[in-house]
Amino acid sequence: MAIVGVLALQGSFNEHIAALRRLGVKGVEIRKPEQLRNVTSLIIPGGESTTMAKLAESYNLFPALREFVKMGRPVWGTCAGLILLSNNAVGQKSGGQGLIGGLNCTVHRNLFGSQLQSFEAELLVPEIASSEGGPETFCGVFIRAPAILEVGKEVQVLADYPAPSNGLLEENVEEERRVIVAVRQGNILATAFHPELTADTRWHSYFLKMADDTGEEALSSPVAIPVDISCVQQPRNDLPIYR
Amino acid sequence: MDEDATVGVCNFTFPRMPVQSRVNASRMCTSLISSRTHMPRGGAIFEVSRILDAKIAEKAGACAIVLSQSICFCNSRMIDPSLIAKFKAAVSIPIIARVRVGHVVEAETLQAVGVDFIDESEILGTADKENHINKGDFTCPFICGSTNLGEALERIKEGAAMIRTQGIESISGDIATTVQNVRSVMEDIKLLHNMSEEERLEFSGEIGVPSELAAQTGRMGRLPVVHFAAGGIVTPADAAFMMILGCDGVFVGPEMFDWPDPYKRARGIVEAVNRYNDPNAVVVAMSGLN
Repeated sequence: MAIVGVLALQGSFNEHIAALRRLGVKGVEIRKPEQLRNVTSLIIPGGESTTMAKLAESYNLFPALREFVKMGRPVWGTCAGLILLSNNAVGQKSGGQGLIGGLNCTVHRNLFGSQLQSFEAELLVPEIASSEGGPETFCGVFIRAPAILEVGKEVQVLADYPAPSNGLLEENVEEERRVIVAVRQGNILATAFHPELTADTRWHSYFLKMADDTGEEALSSPVAIPVDISCVQQPRNDLPIYR
Repeated sequence: MDEDATVGVCNFTFPRMPVQSRVNASRMCTSLISSRTHMPRGGAIFEVSRILDAKIAEKAGACAIVLSQSICFCNSRMIDPSLIAKFKAAVSIPIIARVRVGHVVEAETLQAVGVDFIDESEILGTADKENHINKGDFTCPFICGSTNLGEALERIKEGAAMIRTQGIESISGDIATTVQNVRSVMEDIKLLHNMSEEERLEFSGEIGVPSELAAQTGRMGRLPVVHFAAGGIVTPADAAFMMILGCDGVFVGPEMFDWPDPYKRARGIVEAVNRYNDPNAVVVAMSGLN
């Protein structure tokens, strides 16, 4: 059974683990740097990016996370995870926040507004449809969502969406301006929306293929997975998701 | 309705709809309401009355803040809307503001101003002794208080997107009632989970809860919405205790900011909510707070 790490600092890590379970894959909660040695791919879930950054700083996770990305291991950030993976972030809290980096893009936090401006939208996702089958569109759940304003040449755009006209983008927004909401850069996948909150598991299966492609050379040396008592816990039951 | 989150308070207009239940308004299904409100899970929400405290909470890793007004005679009503813009400018995390139970207009006002969540708060006060707000008529998600499973499911039926199981709000740090109420909710959920569908129907009638929600809760083995604890929680150990009892997170009262080094205490609470199962982590979170 494949094992995927899910950064479990706050937010929707249980939802990602539930989605992986529906695909027959085990998701392991990651809270400490040494736990990253036991997994070959990592999902950074949605939630509050400032909360996750604070805990990552307290637990000295940033160096290990940056190393994980640099080593070319598959990493997928959703919403807050996208922010943490970006090289540049605007719209941050005053004083900024810690970032893992690696994804050559500029992301704008909360571009679409507050909780009240949360929305669902049918996104055209041709890459996902051709890789995983199913409809050409995917229902993206956007919650206080960020969006990517610009990307480097090596970044593949997987989905975009009309820019909101809420005045947060400083320049004159042309009517046709679109912002980017899903990208892939080699081993890094990032989405501004939350596939873990819908029943459609194609993004998860797409990510698992990225993990498979990287191959089993994964662990540099065989490591016996230690039984970490601090992480043994009753499985948290799943909240309902949008169907 | 003006949905611009940055609108100044003087520019909003009330939606022109009758106060009675707006049956023609589009209602979101429970799964959609719930899906949009998972994000506070695993977090700590701090009650603040000052900008300084809001910034401390954000820096410490709060996943949201609840606003209260420090002037005592205003404590039992919705916060002055002009203050909300100031907090929004100060922090980037979600902002929750309270309304009195049943006060539809306070809720419409907060929705127009653009808070992230509205807390229909029995702690703030009650405006309508007979009716809670019909929360499904709003696009802003609501948090509601409960002391037992029956109340929690009634609030969810009305459209609550998050439940706050509530103990006593006091500066004494007495969490005994909070623990009692959380245990009561969790034990009834466990009972429901172990029942057959017929038994759940009967049980829901006995304790006076909506049967379809009781059935869903029983099947899932948890409330169908995010479930936090509140009341007297001021130490990392208190926060960890609530997580062990099965909550998704905690609310922390404003008295926390009266203690020495509130940043360290808030950070300790945030860490304890995450590492509640690790006694060594709780030791670190608790050390040097006094």
